[in-house]
Amino acid sequence: MSVLVFAELDNGSIKKSSLEAIYYGSEVAKAKGTSTTVLAIGESNSDALAIAGKFGANKVLWASDARLNSASIQAYSSVLAEAVGATSAEFIILAKSSLGDAVSARVSAKLKASIVSNVVDLPDFSNGVTVKRSIYTGKAFATVALTADKKVIAIKKNAVNVVEGDGSASVENFAPALNDTDFAVKVTGTHKASGQVSLPEADLVVSAGRGLKGPENWGIVEDLATALGAATACSKPVSDLDWRPHHEHVGQTGIKVSPNLYIACGISGAIQHLAGVNSSKVIVVINKDPEAPFFKAADYGIVGDVFDVLPRLTKAIQASK
Amino acid sequence: MKILVCITNVPDTTAKISFTDGDTKFNKTGVQYICGPYDDYALSRAVELKEQHGGTVTVLNVGEAESEQVIRKCLAIGADDAIRVNTEPTDSYFVAEQIAHIASQENYDLILMGRESIDFNSGVVHGLVGEMLGIPSLSPVMKLEIDGGVAKMTREIEGGKEDIEASLPLVLGCQEPIAEWKIPNMRGIMSARTKPLKVVEPVGVGLTITEKYALPAPKGAVKMIPAEEAEKLIDLLKNEAKVL
Repeated sequence: MSVLVFAELDNGSIKKSSLEAIYYGSEVAKAKGTSTTVLAIGESNSDALAIAGKFGANKVLWASDARLNSASIQAYSSVLAEAVGATSAEFIILAKSSLGDAVSARVSAKLKASIVSNVVDLPDFSNGVTVKRSIYTGKAFATVALTADKKVIAIKKNAVNVVEGDGSASVENFAPALNDTDFAVKVTGTHKASGQVSLPEADLVVSAGRGLKGPENWGIVEDLATALGAATACSKPVSDLDWRPHHEHVGQTGIKVSPNLYIACGISGAIQHLAGVNSSKVIVVINKDPEAPFFKAADYGIVGDVFDVLPRLTKAIQASK
Repeated sequence: MKILVCITNVPDTTAKISFTDGDTKFNKTGVQYICGPYDDYALSRAVELKEQHGGTVTVLNVGEAESEQVIRKCLAIGADDAIRVNTEPTDSYFVAEQIAHIASQENYDLILMGRESIDFNSGVVHGLVGEMLGIPSLSPVMKLEIDGGVAKMTREIEGGKEDIEASLPLVLGCQEPIAEWKIPNMRGIMSARTKPLKVVEPVGVGLTITEKYALPAPKGAVKMIPAEEAEKLIDLLKNEAKVL
């Protein structure tokens, strides 16, 4: 029995959310007196993968077959299931993401494994294996027991406080058997904004709503985000109006984020919006309406005009660097 | 074309969440139930595809008798018949087992559902069902066209989207803007009363047990900063909240 972490790569490097999953996995391994193996799939290099050691991994299995360079859900699931067999893993840990959801689901069906998603804390081993997970879009939590032999745990961002160490991990090639039927889905085009901080991965998020009055005013939001190194997000009305792309929409029916800091500018704070952001560690609300419901969910608030306040905050950050 | 649409019966997005029986049960008192918003998109697209290509739309719900109001609404929107698996949907794997069991008895070209349920938000049932049936699964799909036996789709990915093609059959998790939400009209509501709704008993067992629920700790009071001193916020975020 051991712990296996599925790590996602972005341009060959392990994604930040996956480094958190590796650390989470190593804490599980520590509690169970076993070792942590990481599975990385796709283009990368040994140095980039060895970083996993700093987050507690003992070994990295690297599946570098060229056919795996684009993320095929079925192929990745087959590779992960084979790695579970090769490592006799009892725990399969990964970060919740669109690829993570898809791969973990298929692997769980292959292995008849218990699967729990949106996990927000380390497991409790005092009576079997239980985890705390977020439910009702962050409005509540549930304690869930995993009863099958194999256990798949998909963690939410900030599920564990990562402490980077100085360990090192060996990197081994992993050559799984690949089946043509695993490549039946063809990706014919990708449209991705480049050079931006990825919203689900971001520690800091600057989000804006209808209070910005129009898409042409987004410059002050982007300036603040750039000064902070933050990702930009928006409320549902803004994405419905096509002021901003759908993948920036945060809320009940959009992306759920749990960054360290969420700055909401000109967003009133409807319950559906709060559902997508209420796991953020610190929430700042800037709104000219002192009655905006968002202030009740905030840690810091400024009653003021975003067109005045945002540029001043940007300047203050630039000055403090 | 035969389409199966899996729907959830879930508390309204504005529902106040609370628990009873020593925090072991969801408190349904005063809670309005709806068809999951993402499931609504899946159903609307299924009805549109039926209008374009012919065929049937079957609605499937894993839930107890209280789901039937929402199931009837789906029939009113344009589904032809419905199946309810008579059990509480307690675990993703268990729900997927029910869907795969029903789906394996018919040759569906498409199995559509919402990208996630809005009560447990796991977003894994489509993947589980796809693997159980041995067919591809994709989510979240925001555009779906059928051309012959091939589905042309757009899927949201982190920071953008990608175009995908795959042969039917497929399992898809759907989200906006795949279709316009449909509102049932009077004729639909009348005909829904007599459309077949079959109730079947569940198979298999779940692989997780939810033991207890909890609400988040109440938020402390908000610290207000006067607008004319807005710059102080940066100092507070650095030295008090320690997030910068």
